Amino acid sequence: MSSEAYGELMKQINQGRFVFTGELEPVKTTNLEEVIEGARTLKDHVVAVNITDNPTAFGYMNALVPSYLIQREAGVEAVYQMTTRDRNRLALISDVLAAGALGIKNILALTGDHTTVGDTPQAKPVFDLDSAGFVYMLKKMVDEGLDLNNNKIEEPPKFNIGIAAAPNANPLEPEILKIERKVKLGADFIQTQCVYSVEQAENFMEAIETYSIKTPILIGVAPFKSIGMMEWMVKFVPGIKVPKEIQDVLRKAKKAGGKEPVYEANTEIFGELLKGIRKSTKVAGIHTMAIGFEWIVPKIIERAGFRTSKG
Amino acid sequence: MIIVKQKHLSKILEMTKDFKKLLIVGCDGCASVVQVGGERQAKILKSLLEMEKKMKGEEPTAIKAISILRQCDRQISATALKPWMEDYDGILCLGCGVGVQTLAEICESTPVIPGTDTKFLGMHDTKSDKFYEMCSACGDCLLFETGGICPITRCAKSLLNGPCGGQTEGKCEVGGWKNDCAWILIYNRLKERGRLDLFTKFRAPRDYRVSEHPREASIDSDEGKSSNE
Ligand code: SF4
Ligand code: SF4
Repeated sequence: MSSEAYGELMKQINQGRFVFTGELEPVKTTNLEEVIEGARTLKDHVVAVNITDNPTAFGYMNALVPSYLIQREAGVEAVYQMTTRDRNRLALISDVLAAGALGIKNILALTGDHTTVGDTPQAKPVFDLDSAGFVYMLKKMVDEGLDLNNNKIEEPPKFNIGIAAAPNANPLEPEILKIERKVKLGADFIQTQCVYSVEQAENFMEAIETYSIKTPILIGVAPFKSIGMMEWMVKFVPGIKVPKEIQDVLRKAKKAGGKEPVYEANTEIFGELLKGIRKSTKVAGIHTMAIGFEWIVPKIIERAGFRTSKG
Repeated sequence: MIIVKQKHLSKILEMTKDFKKLLIVGCDGCASVVQVGGERQAKILKSLLEMEKKMKGEEPTAIKAISILRQCDRQISATALKPWMEDYDGILCLGCGVGVQTLAEICESTPVIPGTDTKFLGMHDTKSDKFYEMCSACGDCLLFETGGICPITRCAKSLLNGPCGGQTEGKCEVGGWKNDCAWILIYNRLKERGRLDLFTKFRAPRDYRVSEHPREASIDSDEGKSSNE
Protein backbone atom coordinates (compact mmCIF):
# COMPACT_ATOMS: atom_id res chain seq x y z
CA MET A 1 0.00 0.00 0.00
CA SER A 2 2.75 2.44 -0.86
CA SER A 3 1.71 5.99 -1.63
CA GLU A 4 2.06 7.64 -4.98
CA ALA A 5 5.39 9.46 -5.05
CA TYR A 6 5.37 13.12 -5.99
CA GLY A 7 9.02 13.70 -5.17
CA GLU A 8 12.35 12.03 -4.70
CA LEU A 9 11.81 11.30 -0.99
CA MET A 10 8.74 9.15 -1.52
CA LYS A 11 10.16 7.67 -4.69
CA GLN A 12 13.24 6.35 -2.91
CA ILE A 13 11.18 5.10 0.02
CA ASN A 14 8.89 3.26 -2.38
CA GLN A 15 11.92 1.71 -4.04
CA GLY A 16 12.85 0.31 -0.67
CA ARG A 17 16.00 2.36 -0.28
CA PHE A 18 17.11 3.33 3.20
CA VAL A 19 16.82 7.11 3.19
CA PHE A 20 18.21 10.00 5.17
CA THR A 21 16.65 13.41 5.60
CA GLY A 22 18.15 16.51 7.15
CA GLU A 23 16.85 19.63 8.82
CA LEU A 24 17.56 23.33 8.46
CA GLU A 25 16.22 26.27 10.39
CA PRO A 26 15.72 29.72 8.90
CA VAL A 27 16.11 32.09 11.85
CA LYS A 28 15.38 35.72 12.69
CA THR A 29 17.12 37.22 9.71
CA THR A 30 16.57 38.11 6.10
CA ASN A 31 19.78 36.39 5.14
CA LEU A 32 19.41 32.88 3.79
CA GLU A 33 23.02 32.17 2.92
CA GLU A 34 23.56 29.88 5.87
CA VAL A 35 20.45 27.84 5.11
CA ILE A 36 21.40 27.44 1.48
CA GLU A 37 24.97 26.60 2.45
CA GLY A 38 23.63 24.01 4.90
CA ALA A 39 21.52 22.54 2.12
CA ARG A 40 24.60 22.29 -0.09
CA THR A 41 26.46 20.49 2.70
CA LEU A 42 23.65 17.98 3.06
CA LYS A 43 22.88 17.63 -0.63
CA ASP A 44 24.79 14.48 -1.50
CA HIS A 45 23.97 12.71 1.73
CA VAL A 46 20.25 13.10 2.26
CA VAL A 47 17.31 12.78 -0.07
CA ALA A 48 15.40 15.73 1.34
CA VAL A 49 15.75 18.49 3.92
CA ASN A 50 13.08 19.71 6.32
CA ILE A 51 12.68 23.44 6.74
CA THR A 52 11.30 24.25 10.15
CA ASP A 53 8.28 26.51 10.68
CA ASN A 54 8.80 28.83 13.65
CA PRO A 55 10.24 26.01 15.78
CA THR A 56 9.39 26.11 19.49
CA ALA A 57 7.22 29.10 18.61
CA PHE A 58 10.08 31.47 17.86
CA GLY A 59 9.16 34.06 15.26
CA TYR A 60 11.48 33.26 12.35
CA MET A 61 11.39 33.61 8.61
CA ASN A 62 8.50 31.95 6.82
CA ALA A 63 9.56 28.40 5.90
CA LEU A 64 8.19 28.38 2.37
CA VAL A 65 10.76 30.77 0.91
CA PRO A 66 13.79 28.77 2.05
CA SER A 67 11.99 25.53 1.08
CA TYR A 68 11.75 26.89 -2.42
CA LEU A 69 15.25 28.33 -2.45
CA ILE A 70 17.08 25.21 -1.30
CA GLN A 71 15.42 23.38 -4.18
CA ARG A 72 16.38 26.07 -6.66
CA GLU A 73 19.80 27.11 -5.37
CA ALA A 74 21.12 23.92 -3.80
CA GLY A 75 19.16 21.33 -5.74
CA VAL A 76 17.88 19.56 -2.62
CA GLU A 77 14.27 18.53 -2.23
CA ALA A 78 12.48 20.26 0.64
CA VAL A 79 10.11 18.96 3.27
CA TYR A 80 8.14 22.11 4.00
CA GLN A 81 7.07 22.02 7.64
CA MET A 82 3.77 23.71 8.39
CA THR A 83 2.20 24.21 11.80
CA THR A 84 -1.44 25.00 12.47
CA ARG A 85 -0.41 27.19 15.41
CA ASP A 86 0.01 30.37 13.38
CA ARG A 87 -2.55 30.03 10.61
CA ASN A 88 -6.26 29.45 10.36
CA ARG A 89 -7.59 27.27 7.57
CA LEU A 90 -7.74 30.13 5.10
CA ALA A 91 -4.06 30.92 5.62
CA LEU A 92 -3.19 27.21 5.45
CA ILE A 93 -4.95 26.86 2.10
CA SER A 94 -3.12 29.93 0.75
CA ASP A 95 0.28 28.67 1.80
CA VAL A 96 -0.39 25.16 0.56
CA LEU A 97 -1.39 26.49 -2.86
CA ALA A 98 1.68 28.71 -2.91
CA ALA A 99 3.86 25.72 -2.03
CA GLY A 100 2.30 23.82 -4.91
CA ALA A 101 3.06 26.68 -7.27
CA LEU A 102 6.68 26.73 -6.12
CA GLY A 103 7.21 23.04 -6.75
CA ILE A 104 7.33 21.80 -3.17
CA LYS A 105 6.95 18.01 -3.04
CA ASN A 106 6.55 17.27 0.66
CA ILE A 107 4.64 18.91 3.49
CA LEU A 108 5.10 17.90 7.10
CA ALA A 109 1.80 18.63 8.86
CA LEU A 110 2.32 19.72 12.46
CA THR A 111 0.29 21.21 15.26
CA GLY A 112 3.28 23.18 16.53
CA ASP A 113 4.55 24.05 19.99
CA HIS A 114 2.33 26.40 21.94
CA THR A 115 2.94 30.15 21.52
CA THR A 116 3.63 30.53 25.24
CA VAL A 117 6.85 28.46 25.04
CA GLY A 118 8.37 30.71 22.36
CA ASP A 119 9.97 34.14 22.04
CA THR A 120 6.68 35.94 21.51
CA PRO A 121 4.57 34.38 24.24
CA GLN A 122 2.00 37.20 24.17
CA ALA A 123 0.78 36.07 20.73
CA LYS A 124 -2.72 34.71 20.22
CA PRO A 125 -2.39 31.05 19.23
CA VAL A 126 -4.55 29.91 16.33
CA PHE A 127 -4.98 26.12 16.28
CA ASP A 128 -8.02 26.38 14.01
CA LEU A 129 -7.13 22.87 12.79
CA ASP A 130 -5.04 20.30 14.60
CA SER A 131 -2.49 18.18 12.77
CA ALA A 132 -5.08 15.46 12.06
CA GLY A 133 -7.47 18.01 10.59
CA PHE A 134 -4.62 19.43 8.56
CA VAL A 135 -3.70 16.01 7.12
CA TYR A 136 -7.37 15.56 6.24
CA MET A 137 -7.38 18.92 4.46
CA LEU A 138 -4.13 18.24 2.58
CA LYS A 139 -5.28 14.83 1.43
CA LYS A 140 -8.51 16.30 0.12
CA MET A 141 -6.63 19.02 -1.74
CA VAL A 142 -4.16 16.60 -3.30
CA ASP A 143 -6.42 13.65 -4.12
CA GLU A 144 -9.75 15.26 -4.81
CA GLY A 145 -8.71 18.74 -5.83
CA LEU A 146 -11.10 20.16 -3.24
CA ASP A 147 -10.66 22.41 -0.24
CA LEU A 148 -12.28 21.73 3.13
CA ASN A 149 -15.59 23.11 1.91
CA ASN A 150 -15.49 21.09 -1.30
CA ASN A 151 -14.69 24.14 -3.38
CA LYS A 152 -12.85 23.10 -6.50
CA ILE A 153 -9.14 23.88 -6.87
CA GLU A 154 -8.25 24.70 -10.46
CA GLU A 155 -4.91 22.93 -10.55
CA PRO A 156 -4.60 20.98 -7.32
CA PRO A 157 -1.20 20.75 -5.63
CA LYS A 158 0.65 17.43 -5.54
CA PHE A 159 2.54 16.62 -2.35
CA ASN A 160 3.44 13.74 -0.17
CA ILE A 161 2.15 14.31 3.32
CA GLY A 162 4.34 13.70 6.33
CA ILE A 163 3.47 13.65 10.01
CA ALA A 164 5.55 13.79 13.18
CA ALA A 165 5.59 11.24 15.96
CA ALA A 166 6.93 11.10 19.51
CA PRO A 167 8.66 7.74 19.93
CA ASN A 168 9.34 8.34 23.61
CA ALA A 169 5.80 9.40 24.43
CA ASN A 170 4.72 8.17 27.81
CA PRO A 171 2.08 6.78 27.80
CA LEU A 172 2.80 5.49 24.31
CA GLU A 173 -0.56 4.00 23.33
CA PRO A 174 -2.42 7.30 22.78
CA GLU A 175 0.48 8.46 20.59
CA ILE A 176 0.29 5.29 18.48
CA LEU A 177 -3.49 5.62 18.18
CA LYS A 178 -2.98 9.17 16.98
CA ILE A 179 -0.47 8.06 14.38
CA GLU A 180 -2.90 5.37 13.27
CA ARG A 181 -5.63 7.96 12.83
CA LYS A 182 -3.41 10.23 10.72
CA VAL A 183 -2.28 7.29 8.64
CA LYS A 184 -5.90 6.44 7.93
CA LEU A 185 -6.45 10.06 6.96
CA GLY A 186 -3.71 9.81 4.37
CA ALA A 187 -0.24 10.45 5.81
CA ASP A 188 2.42 9.09 3.45
CA PHE A 189 5.44 9.13 5.74
CA ILE A 190 6.37 9.69 9.38
CA GLN A 191 9.37 11.56 10.81
CA THR A 192 9.91 11.14 14.52
CA GLN A 193 11.36 13.26 17.29
CA CYS A 194 14.78 12.09 18.36
CA VAL A 195 15.74 8.87 20.05
CA TYR A 196 19.02 8.33 21.88
CA SER A 197 19.22 4.57 21.98
CA VAL A 198 18.49 1.63 19.75
CA GLU A 199 16.17 0.37 22.43
CA GLN A 200 14.00 3.51 22.25
CA ALA A 201 13.65 2.99 18.50
CA GLU A 202 12.92 -0.70 18.95
CA ASN A 203 10.19 -0.11 21.53
CA PHE A 204 8.51 2.41 19.31
CA MET A 205 8.69 0.26 16.20
CA GLU A 206 7.35 -2.69 18.13
CA ALA A 207 4.31 -0.68 19.18
CA ILE A 208 3.87 0.51 15.59
CA GLU A 209 3.90 -3.07 14.36
CA THR A 210 1.38 -4.15 17.00
CA TYR A 211 -1.03 -1.70 15.42
CA SER A 212 -0.16 -2.92 11.91
CA ILE A 213 0.91 0.54 10.81
CA LYS A 214 2.76 0.12 7.52
CA THR A 215 3.55 3.75 6.74
CA PRO A 216 7.30 4.33 6.29
CA ILE A 217 8.97 5.76 9.36
CA LEU A 218 12.11 7.89 9.54
CA ILE A 219 13.48 7.80 13.07
CA GLY A 220 14.80 11.13 14.34
CA VAL A 221 18.38 11.39 15.49
CA ALA A 222 19.95 14.57 16.84
CA PRO A 223 23.63 14.78 17.77
CA PHE A 224 24.62 17.37 20.35
CA LYS A 225 26.21 20.51 19.09
CA SER A 226 27.64 21.18 22.52
CA ILE A 227 27.70 19.74 26.00
CA GLY A 228 25.76 22.77 27.16
CA MET A 229 22.94 21.85 24.81
CA MET A 230 22.91 18.29 26.10
CA GLU A 231 22.90 19.37 29.73
CA TRP A 232 20.06 21.76 29.04
CA MET A 233 17.95 19.13 27.33
CA VAL A 234 18.57 16.53 30.00
CA LYS A 235 17.64 19.03 32.67
CA PHE A 236 14.74 20.92 31.16
CA VAL A 237 13.06 18.80 28.50
CA PRO A 238 11.12 16.03 30.19
CA GLY A 239 10.64 13.00 28.02
CA ILE A 240 14.07 13.28 26.42
CA LYS A 241 16.01 10.32 27.67
CA VAL A 242 19.71 10.48 26.98
CA PRO A 243 21.34 7.29 28.31
CA LYS A 244 23.89 7.91 30.99
CA GLU A 245 26.71 6.27 29.01
CA ILE A 246 26.23 8.78 26.19
CA GLN A 247 26.24 11.68 28.64
CA ASP A 248 29.40 10.39 30.27
CA VAL A 249 31.27 9.82 27.03
CA LEU A 250 30.42 13.32 25.81
CA ARG A 251 31.34 14.98 29.10
CA LYS A 252 34.62 13.10 29.14
CA ALA A 253 35.39 14.20 25.59
CA LYS A 254 34.74 17.79 26.56
CA LYS A 255 37.10 17.53 29.51
CA ALA A 256 39.74 15.90 27.35
CA GLY A 257 39.99 18.75 24.95
CA GLY A 258 36.93 20.80 24.08
CA LYS A 259 35.02 20.98 20.84
CA GLU A 260 36.85 18.62 18.51
CA PRO A 261 36.78 15.57 20.76
CA VAL A 262 33.08 16.27 21.44
CA TYR A 263 32.37 16.23 17.71
CA GLU A 264 34.35 13.03 17.36
CA ALA A 265 32.49 11.41 20.23
CA ASN A 266 29.21 12.52 18.62
CA THR A 267 30.20 10.92 15.35
CA GLU A 268 31.05 7.71 17.12
CA ILE A 269 27.94 7.59 19.31
CA PHE A 270 25.42 8.57 16.67
CA GLY A 271 27.12 6.53 13.96
CA GLU A 272 26.68 3.47 16.17
CA LEU A 273 23.11 4.47 16.91
CA LEU A 274 22.25 4.68 13.21
CA LYS A 275 23.84 1.34 12.57
CA GLY A 276 21.98 -0.25 15.45
CA ILE A 277 18.62 1.18 14.44
CA ARG A 278 19.02 0.00 10.89
CA LYS A 279 20.05 -3.45 12.01
CA SER A 280 17.35 -4.15 14.53
CA THR A 281 14.27 -2.32 13.26
CA LYS A 282 12.30 -2.01 10.07
CA VAL A 283 12.54 1.76 9.74
CA ALA A 284 12.53 3.33 6.27
CA GLY A 285 15.29 5.73 7.15
CA ILE A 286 16.71 8.29 9.54
CA HIS A 287 15.80 11.93 9.96
CA THR A 288 18.92 13.78 11.09
CA MET A 289 18.73 17.04 12.98
CA ALA A 290 22.05 18.86 13.29
CA ILE A 291 21.08 22.51 13.03
CA GLY A 292 24.13 24.72 12.66
CA PHE A 293 26.61 21.85 12.23
CA GLU A 294 25.19 20.03 9.24
CA TRP A 295 28.69 18.97 8.25
CA ILE A 296 28.56 16.29 10.93
CA VAL A 297 25.70 14.45 9.20
CA PRO A 298 27.84 12.97 6.38
CA LYS A 299 30.44 11.94 8.97
CA ILE A 300 27.86 10.15 11.10
CA ILE A 301 26.35 8.43 8.09
CA GLU A 302 29.78 7.33 6.98
CA ARG A 303 30.69 6.17 10.48
CA ALA A 304 27.53 4.05 10.46
CA GLY A 305 28.83 2.33 7.37
CA PHE A 306 26.22 3.56 4.91
CA ARG A 307 26.69 4.69 1.41
CA THR A 308 24.70 7.92 1.27
CA SER A 309 21.09 7.75 0.13
CA LYS A 310 21.96 9.08 -3.29
CA GLY A 311 25.00 6.86 -3.64
CA MET B 1 -19.92 29.65 37.53
CA ILE B 2 -18.19 32.77 36.24
CA ILE B 3 -14.88 33.32 37.97
CA VAL B 4 -13.94 36.95 38.64
CA LYS B 5 -10.96 38.49 40.39
CA GLN B 6 -10.89 41.92 41.95
CA LYS B 7 -8.60 44.35 40.19
CA HIS B 8 -5.64 45.71 42.11
CA LEU B 9 -6.57 48.45 44.55
CA SER B 10 -4.24 50.96 42.90
CA LYS B 11 -5.94 50.30 39.57
CA ILE B 12 -9.36 50.82 41.13
CA LEU B 13 -8.20 54.08 42.73
CA GLU B 14 -6.84 55.26 39.40
CA MET B 15 -10.04 54.39 37.52
CA THR B 16 -12.31 56.08 40.08
CA LYS B 17 -10.19 59.11 40.98
CA ASP B 18 -12.43 61.70 39.32
CA PHE B 19 -15.64 60.69 41.05
CA LYS B 20 -16.97 62.71 43.97
CA LYS B 21 -19.76 60.26 44.78
CA LEU B 22 -19.13 56.60 44.08
CA LEU B 23 -21.61 53.73 44.23
CA ILE B 24 -20.02 50.31 44.66
CA VAL B 25 -22.33 47.60 43.38
CA GLY B 26 -21.71 43.99 44.36
CA CYS B 27 -23.43 40.95 42.92
CA ASP B 28 -24.83 38.10 45.01
CA GLY B 29 -24.40 35.62 42.16
CA CYS B 30 -21.15 34.01 41.01
CA ALA B 31 -19.04 36.98 42.10
CA SER B 32 -20.12 36.55 45.71
CA VAL B 33 -19.40 32.82 45.69
CA VAL B 34 -15.82 33.48 44.63
CA GLN B 35 -15.70 36.05 47.46
CA VAL B 36 -14.91 38.97 45.22
CA GLY B 37 -18.09 40.78 44.45
CA GLY B 38 -20.68 40.15 47.16
CA GLU B 39 -22.13 42.66 49.57
CA ARG B 40 -19.43 42.01 52.16
CA GLN B 41 -16.65 42.60 49.64
CA ALA B 42 -18.36 45.77 48.43
CA LYS B 43 -18.33 47.10 51.98
CA ILE B 44 -14.72 46.08 52.57
CA LEU B 45 -13.67 47.77 49.35
CA LYS B 46 -15.52 50.93 50.43
CA SER B 47 -13.49 51.06 53.65
CA LEU B 48 -10.23 50.38 51.81
CA LEU B 49 -10.82 53.14 49.28
CA GLU B 50 -11.76 55.59 52.03
CA MET B 51 -8.67 54.67 54.02
CA GLU B 52 -6.34 55.06 51.06
CA LYS B 53 -7.67 58.53 50.32
CA LYS B 54 -7.33 59.52 53.94
CA MET B 55 -3.77 58.28 54.16
CA LYS B 56 -2.83 60.18 51.05
CA GLY B 57 -4.54 63.26 52.39
CA GLU B 58 -6.80 63.45 49.38
CA GLU B 59 -10.31 64.83 49.36
CA PRO B 60 -12.66 62.05 50.51
CA THR B 61 -15.06 60.45 48.07
CA ALA B 62 -18.60 59.79 49.29
CA ILE B 63 -18.97 56.06 48.85
CA LYS B 64 -21.95 53.78 49.25
CA ALA B 65 -21.84 50.01 48.91
CA ILE B 66 -24.84 47.96 47.85
CA SER B 67 -25.37 44.57 46.33
CA ILE B 68 -27.75 43.16 43.72
CA LEU B 69 -29.24 39.66 43.66
CA ARG B 70 -28.05 38.99 40.09
CA GLN B 71 -26.49 41.77 38.06
CA CYS B 72 -26.87 39.74 34.86
CA ASP B 73 -30.66 40.11 35.11
CA ARG B 74 -31.56 43.42 33.57
CA GLN B 75 -34.90 43.86 35.36
CA ILE B 76 -33.59 42.87 38.77
CA SER B 77 -30.67 45.27 38.36
CA ALA B 78 -32.86 48.14 37.16
CA THR B 79 -35.16 47.79 40.15
CA ALA B 80 -32.28 47.56 42.61
CA LEU B 81 -30.42 50.54 41.17
CA LYS B 82 -33.39 52.86 40.82
CA PRO B 83 -33.22 54.45 44.30
CA TRP B 84 -29.50 55.25 43.90
CA MET B 85 -28.44 55.85 40.39
CA GLU B 86 -29.31 59.55 40.21
CA ASP B 87 -27.23 60.42 43.26
CA TYR B 88 -23.84 59.13 42.14
CA ASP B 89 -21.46 60.30 39.44
CA GLY B 90 -19.69 56.96 39.15
CA ILE B 91 -20.51 53.28 39.66
CA LEU B 92 -17.91 50.68 40.52
CA CYS B 93 -19.21 47.26 39.58
CA LEU B 94 -17.97 44.12 41.33
CA GLY B 95 -19.87 41.67 39.16
CA CYS B 96 -18.54 40.03 36.01
CA GLY B 97 -18.28 41.68 32.60
CA VAL B 98 -21.93 40.88 31.97
CA GLY B 99 -22.86 42.71 35.17
CA VAL B 100 -20.80 45.77 34.23
CA GLN B 101 -22.51 46.02 30.85
CA THR B 102 -25.97 45.40 32.24
CA LEU B 103 -25.50 48.23 34.75
CA ALA B 104 -24.06 50.45 32.02
CA GLU B 105 -27.17 49.92 29.88
CA ILE B 106 -29.41 50.83 32.79
CA CYS B 107 -27.46 53.90 33.94
CA GLU B 108 -26.75 55.36 30.54
CA SER B 109 -25.50 58.72 31.80
CA THR B 110 -23.31 57.42 34.65
CA PRO B 111 -19.96 55.76 33.93
CA VAL B 112 -19.79 52.16 35.16
CA ILE B 113 -16.27 51.02 36.02
CA PRO B 114 -15.24 47.36 36.22
CA GLY B 115 -13.79 46.58 39.64
CA THR B 116 -13.00 43.02 38.63
CA ASP B 117 -11.46 41.04 35.81
CA THR B 118 -13.66 38.29 34.46
CA LYS B 119 -11.52 35.20 34.14
CA PHE B 120 -13.36 32.08 33.05
CA LEU B 121 -16.16 29.58 33.52
CA GLY B 122 -15.02 27.35 36.28
CA MET B 123 -15.60 24.74 38.93
CA HIS B 124 -14.93 25.46 42.59
CA ASP B 125 -13.08 22.75 44.45
CA THR B 126 -13.57 23.65 48.08
CA LYS B 127 -10.97 21.11 49.19
CA SER B 128 -8.10 22.79 47.39
CA ASP B 129 -10.00 26.08 47.46
CA LYS B 130 -9.19 26.60 43.82
CA PHE B 131 -11.19 27.34 40.72
CA TYR B 132 -10.63 25.37 37.57
CA GLU B 133 -11.59 26.43 34.06
CA MET B 134 -13.92 23.83 32.59
CA CYS B 135 -15.88 25.25 29.67
CA SER B 136 -15.37 27.99 27.12
CA ALA B 137 -18.96 28.12 25.90
CA CYS B 138 -17.97 26.86 22.46
CA GLY B 139 -21.58 26.43 21.39
CA ASP B 140 -21.23 22.82 20.25
CA CYS B 141 -20.62 20.59 23.25
CA LEU B 142 -18.72 17.38 22.59
CA LEU B 143 -18.37 16.13 26.16
CA PHE B 144 -20.40 13.04 25.24
CA GLU B 145 -17.48 11.67 23.26
CA THR B 146 -14.58 12.82 25.40
CA GLY B 147 -15.43 11.11 28.65
CA GLY B 148 -16.90 14.28 30.13
CA ILE B 149 -13.58 16.15 29.90
CA CYS B 150 -13.52 19.25 27.73
CA PRO B 151 -10.59 19.35 25.28
CA ILE B 152 -11.67 22.73 23.93
CA THR B 153 -10.97 24.30 27.30
CA ARG B 154 -8.64 21.99 29.17
CA CYS B 155 -6.26 21.25 26.30
CA ALA B 156 -4.07 24.32 25.89
CA LYS B 157 -4.33 24.00 22.11
CA SER B 158 -8.02 23.04 22.02
CA LEU B 159 -7.09 19.98 20.01
CA LEU B 160 -9.86 17.72 18.77
CA ASN B 161 -7.59 14.76 18.08
CA GLY B 162 -4.94 15.01 20.78
CA PRO B 163 -2.65 14.53 22.64
CA CYS B 164 0.08 16.59 21.00
CA GLY B 165 3.79 15.86 21.13
CA GLY B 166 4.13 18.25 24.05
CA GLN B 167 2.66 15.89 26.64
CA THR B 168 5.03 14.06 28.94
CA GLU B 169 3.89 11.58 31.53
CA GLY B 170 0.42 13.01 31.34
CA LYS B 171 1.52 16.62 31.81
CA CYS B 172 1.15 19.52 29.37
CA GLU B 173 4.06 21.47 27.86
CA VAL B 174 2.18 24.69 28.46
CA GLY B 175 3.08 26.02 31.87
CA GLY B 176 6.09 23.75 32.16
CA TRP B 177 4.61 20.24 32.55
CA LYS B 178 2.68 20.99 35.72
CA ASN B 179 -0.90 20.82 34.48
CA ASP B 180 -2.60 17.63 33.41
CA CYS B 181 -2.75 16.99 29.69
CA ALA B 182 -6.49 16.94 28.99
CA TRP B 183 -6.05 14.38 26.23
CA ILE B 184 -4.30 11.91 28.53
CA LEU B 185 -7.14 12.38 31.02
CA ILE B 186 -9.59 11.71 28.20
CA TYR B 187 -7.62 8.69 27.01
CA ASN B 188 -7.47 7.19 30.51
CA ARG B 189 -11.15 7.68 31.15
CA LEU B 190 -12.28 6.30 27.80
CA LYS B 191 -9.93 3.35 28.15
CA GLU B 192 -11.34 2.61 31.60
CA ARG B 193 -14.80 2.61 30.11
CA GLY B 194 -13.80 0.41 27.19
CA ARG B 195 -14.59 3.24 24.78
CA LEU B 196 -11.28 3.86 23.02
CA ASP B 197 -13.30 3.92 19.80
CA LEU B 198 -14.31 7.44 20.87
CA PHE B 199 -10.67 8.36 21.36
CA THR B 200 -9.49 7.07 17.99
CA LYS B 201 -12.40 8.51 16.03
CA PHE B 202 -11.45 11.44 13.79
CA ARG B 203 -13.10 14.68 14.79
CA ALA B 204 -13.19 16.88 11.69
CA PRO B 205 -12.39 20.62 11.91
CA ARG B 206 -15.11 22.50 13.76
CA ASP B 207 -17.58 24.95 12.33
CA TYR B 208 -16.73 28.16 14.18
CA ARG B 209 -19.87 29.90 13.01
CA VAL B 210 -21.63 28.47 16.07
CA SER B 211 -19.45 30.60 18.31
CA GLU B 212 -19.32 33.72 16.23
CA HIS B 213 -19.68 36.85 18.37
CA PRO B 214 -21.99 38.28 19.52
CA ARG B 215 -24.34 35.39 20.20
CA GLU B 216 -27.90 35.49 21.38
CA ALA B 217 -30.40 32.89 22.46
CA SER B 218 -34.01 32.77 23.55
CA ILE B 219 -35.77 30.40 25.87
CA ASP B 220 -38.92 29.64 23.90
CA SER B 221 -38.01 29.57 20.27
CA ASP B 222 -35.78 27.14 18.43
CA GLU B 223 -33.26 29.93 17.96
CA GLY B 224 -31.91 29.03 21.35
CA LYS B 225 -31.13 25.47 20.31
CA SER B 226 -28.01 24.53 18.49
CA SER B 227 -28.80 23.68 14.92
CA ASN B 228 -25.81 21.53 14.10
CA GLU B 229 -26.89 18.40 12.34
S1 SF4 C 1 -17.22 21.21 24.53
FE1 SF4 C 1 -17.81 23.37 24.40
S2 SF4 C 1 -19.73 23.55 25.55
FE2 SF4 C 1 -18.81 21.54 26.07
S3 SF4 C 1 -17.64 21.95 27.95
FE3 SF4 C 1 -16.23 22.25 26.22
S4 SF4 C 1 -16.34 24.41 25.69
FE4 SF4 C 1 -18.08 23.94 27.00
S1 SF4 D 1 0.05 18.50 26.16
FE1 SF4 D 1 -2.06 17.80 26.14
S2 SF4 D 1 -3.26 19.49 27.03
FE2 SF4 D 1 -1.25 20.30 26.49
S3 SF4 D 1 -1.54 21.17 24.46
FE3 SF4 D 1 -0.79 19.06 24.17
S4 SF4 D 1 -2.63 17.80 23.99
FE4 SF4 D 1 -3.26 19.78 24.81
